[in-house]
Amino acid sequence: MATAAIAESHSHGEVSHHRTSTGLNHRKVAVWAFIGSECMLFVSLISTYLIYKGRSVVGPYPHENWTDPATGKVFKEILNIPVTSASTFVLLMSSLAMVLALAAVQNKDKPMPTGWWDRQLRSSKLWLWMTALLGTTFLGFQAYEFTSFVHEGLTIRTNLFGSSFFTLTGFHGAHVTVGVLWLLALLGIDYKRGLKPADALNVDIAALYWHFVDVVWIAIFTLIYLIK
Amino acid sequence: MTTMAAPAPATLPTTGEYKTGIWSWLTTVDHKRIGILYLVTALFFFVWGGLEAAIIRAQLAGPNMGLVTAQQYNQLFTMHGTTMVFLVIMPLSSAFFNFLIPLQIGARDVAFPRLNAFSYWVFLAGGIVVTLPILFGMAPDGGWFGYAPLTTKAYSSGYNIDYWVLGLQILGVASLAAAFNFITTIINMRAPGMVLMRMPVFTWMSFVVQFLVILAFPVITAALVFLLFDRFFGTNFYTVAAGADPLLWQHLFWVFGHPEVYILILPAFGLVSEVLPTFSRKPLFGYPVIVYSGILIGALGFGVWAHHMFSVGMGPIADSVFSVTTMLIAIPTGVKILNWVSTMWGGQIRFTTSMMFAIALVAMFTVGGISGIMHSSAPADLQQTDSYFVVAHFHYVLVGGAVLGIMAGVYYYFPKLTGRMLDETLGKWHFWTFVIGTNLTFFPMHMSGLYGMPRRIYTYDAGQGWEMYNLLSSIGVIFQAIGMTIFFVNFIRSWKKGAIAGNNPWGAPTLEWAIPSPVPDYNFAHIPVVTSRYPLWDQKAGDLVKSEAETTTGGRLKTAAELGIPMPFPTILPLVAAVFMTAMLCGLLFIHAGNLPLALGIMITCGLGLAFTLIKWLTSPLE
Amino acid sequence: MAHDASHADAADHGAEHAEEHHPQWSTYWKVALILSVITVVEVWIYYTPFRDSKLFVPALLTMSAAKFAIVVMFYMHLKYDHKLFRVLFTGPLLIAIGTLTGLMFLFGKFALHLGG
Repeated sequence: MATAAIAESHSHGEVSHHRTSTGLNHRKVAVWAFIGSECMLFVSLISTYLIYKGRSVVGPYPHENWTDPATGKVFKEILNIPVTSASTFVLLMSSLAMVLALAAVQNKDKPMPTGWWDRQLRSSKLWLWMTALLGTTFLGFQAYEFTSFVHEGLTIRTNLFGSSFFTLTGFHGAHVTVGVLWLLALLGIDYKRGLKPADALNVDIAALYWHFVDVVWIAIFTLIYLIK
Repeated sequence: MTTMAAPAPATLPTTGEYKTGIWSWLTTVDHKRIGILYLVTALFFFVWGGLEAAIIRAQLAGPNMGLVTAQQYNQLFTMHGTTMVFLVIMPLSSAFFNFLIPLQIGARDVAFPRLNAFSYWVFLAGGIVVTLPILFGMAPDGGWFGYAPLTTKAYSSGYNIDYWVLGLQILGVASLAAAFNFITTIINMRAPGMVLMRMPVFTWMSFVVQFLVILAFPVITAALVFLLFDRFFGTNFYTVAAGADPLLWQHLFWVFGHPEVYILILPAFGLVSEVLPTFSRKPLFGYPVIVYSGILIGALGFGVWAHHMFSVGMGPIADSVFSVTTMLIAIPTGVKILNWVSTMWGGQIRFTTSMMFAIALVAMFTVGGISGIMHSSAPADLQQTDSYFVVAHFHYVLVGGAVLGIMAGVYYYFPKLTGRMLDETLGKWHFWTFVIGTNLTFFPMHMSGLYGMPRRIYTYDAGQGWEMYNLLSSIGVIFQAIGMTIFFVNFIRSWKKGAIAGNNPWGAPTLEWAIPSPVPDYNFAHIPVVTSRYPLWDQKAGDLVKSEAETTTGGRLKTAAELGIPMPFPTILPLVAAVFMTAMLCGLLFIHAGNLPLALGIMITCGLGLAFTLIKWLTSPLE
Repeated sequence: MAHDASHADAADHGAEHAEEHHPQWSTYWKVALILSVITVVEVWIYYTPFRDSKLFVPALLTMSAAKFAIVVMFYMHLKYDHKLFRVLFTGPLLIAIGTLTGLMFLFGKFALHLGG
């Protein structure tokens, strides 16, 4: 009996074989607590950005042009709304892909539809790849945004806007990067032995993290980019 | 109700199971051993921080003393505060979280045993980063709350503050990891029947504290990241010339800092809520109200932070709002005091050392609480802030509250921890010298504060009416030092030679007293079924735990293997991960030294090391 | 014993994740469509004269709050999952929003006009 329990716990990594008082998985409880904690981290970063909005002594500024009084050089308003709208859309769609990947894993033991196209739509590999690619695309947009800002004269040291903007969006980008690595690890498992409905929890936890990073961006997009 | 009136027969204080030797401690994932590690480390830092305080009091014993320079004095008071808050009271609480939570809820370990070991090693590493520099005269010197812009490179160009920023960041990781672990443990690992409203109050208060940790620490993390970026990468978060607001750090720090003081005090409240019923032989008066008021204190704790900043001039509206929320907190706190007193009322009180410390907490915390209410009034606070009156206030709540509560806990749980009793005679000596010393030290500070003595001055001139009060405070320290010395003698002696304790030497009602002392590594030979808040007073022990015949063999306790209980494997990986993480962050110091390639080299190497360790960790089985 | 219990748990788990508690695949696509439409409207009003209206900021905040809530409820399954997760998330979220609001008042980002 005990050996059966041990074998079972092996396949679940850190999951305990003990019953849990709520019937909920340890790691899922922990990840929700972690997400709650992350709310406070991002609120601190966002608050700082908003507090410092309009307080930079020198430009460039997010939403207005700025003329350097010393050189007469004009710096354009720096935020690029069309590009960021595109990257926002990309991240939103990655959340769709993520939830479809989870559904694909959860339903692996259900009968597969007959049509070729319908079968592809139930493939966990497809949707995990899609999520990771869309996430990477988002990071690509961010890399483009950061380099173009630097070319336009805004670095993390230039002014308060630069410091708070790069720190906030950089922290978000780091979270996306961790998410992409996590997805690649899941893909590795999927290729090695195939993700089964028993693995749904692992995917679920990664998905929760991924969606949370997405909702943070929903807030950032509105508060930082759209509101002047 | 009194089926456990007589102490259970004593068993040998050995399970015959524990491996010994340094390696077994470095690789342990047992929550009880990790608890012992926290306890011993925190007591070490307690001596360290106490010596710093002793030097401070020696310097202030009379006017114009020259024991230390102003610079050394800055380092001493900064490190005294930082050490006592982050390296003494928090880890002493952690020792009890680790040791007690699984035992009180009827579990065999925490939810993530290896993460638990990681928390301890990260805490130790962070503690070393913060404390060691004082030996080289390079200790942090910006006060325990490190107000920026004072702590930015423009005003503090040495390495001192770097150690503080990095150390606190590392300690934050330890606290956060532990908090996620305990939240999951308390939610998920309660024994059958252990519904939330049957949990022991200590576990309840710990539960609240873990939420305070996960919500407060991210804020200081962000504030420290800004400071770290300012110091290492030249950002402008705290550069006033660039338009920065000098109040940003203060606000962020106190958004963290106020919940932090509840993180310090609530575990002690939990401990005395265990001690008082046992030694009054009465159930806790108004258990649900104690629980709800603990939750309310925690929640309100996020809405009062700016009362630390009345003197910066936030305007009448902000001042009024934060005054009112602060006064509100007095209600749940007062409720607790009332409940503790009512618990003792009409009880059969036994004045053990533990009980005396608990009663002393109720009295001394009330003194500190009353001076706290005085601060909640903004106009009064303007007179008191930054004076020794404030120093008196927070020492009454932290020493008179947190430390006395923890001492009550140490005397109460030492038998469970070691299987042996602490000596009661030495305990009484410890109690009286320490409590008299504490009051002698901190009560006169009310007076020196009201006479206008500011905090953090390294010396003062005669003739301002401060001499007598300062001398009394300094004499008090001698009593405290004698008290703590007696305690350490008692602690070390009793660990090996104390009287054998048995399962339940106090006739206590909660689950942890149903099992042998010291606790076998699997805790419960079978998971108990709980039917009330005070299982050992309401149920027969035989209904809760297996009989001696089933759990012992040949005069010793059966091992986990003999009982068929799977145990987590010991592993060195959490320690390795903690070392890599700490070394990675400390690589930043070389940026300050101007050696960017070396800094990057260290950070990348250690980052890769950390990544590989984590991969190994995640792919190796737990048990 | 332990073996039996874990089987029972697994069965419970299966029931919890059964189809009827979970949204259909089509729901996920519909949600994505709604999210996209809201995003389009957000960006569109940014380029219209509405941007100078007093209602611009409240409108944007409402829309982004709606997106936030939709993702959390449907994609993170909070609408269907155990209520404990709802508590674990909304509690901290409320404290976070309260802290943000408090800081905005304190730094004069919102002005409070009392009396004259």
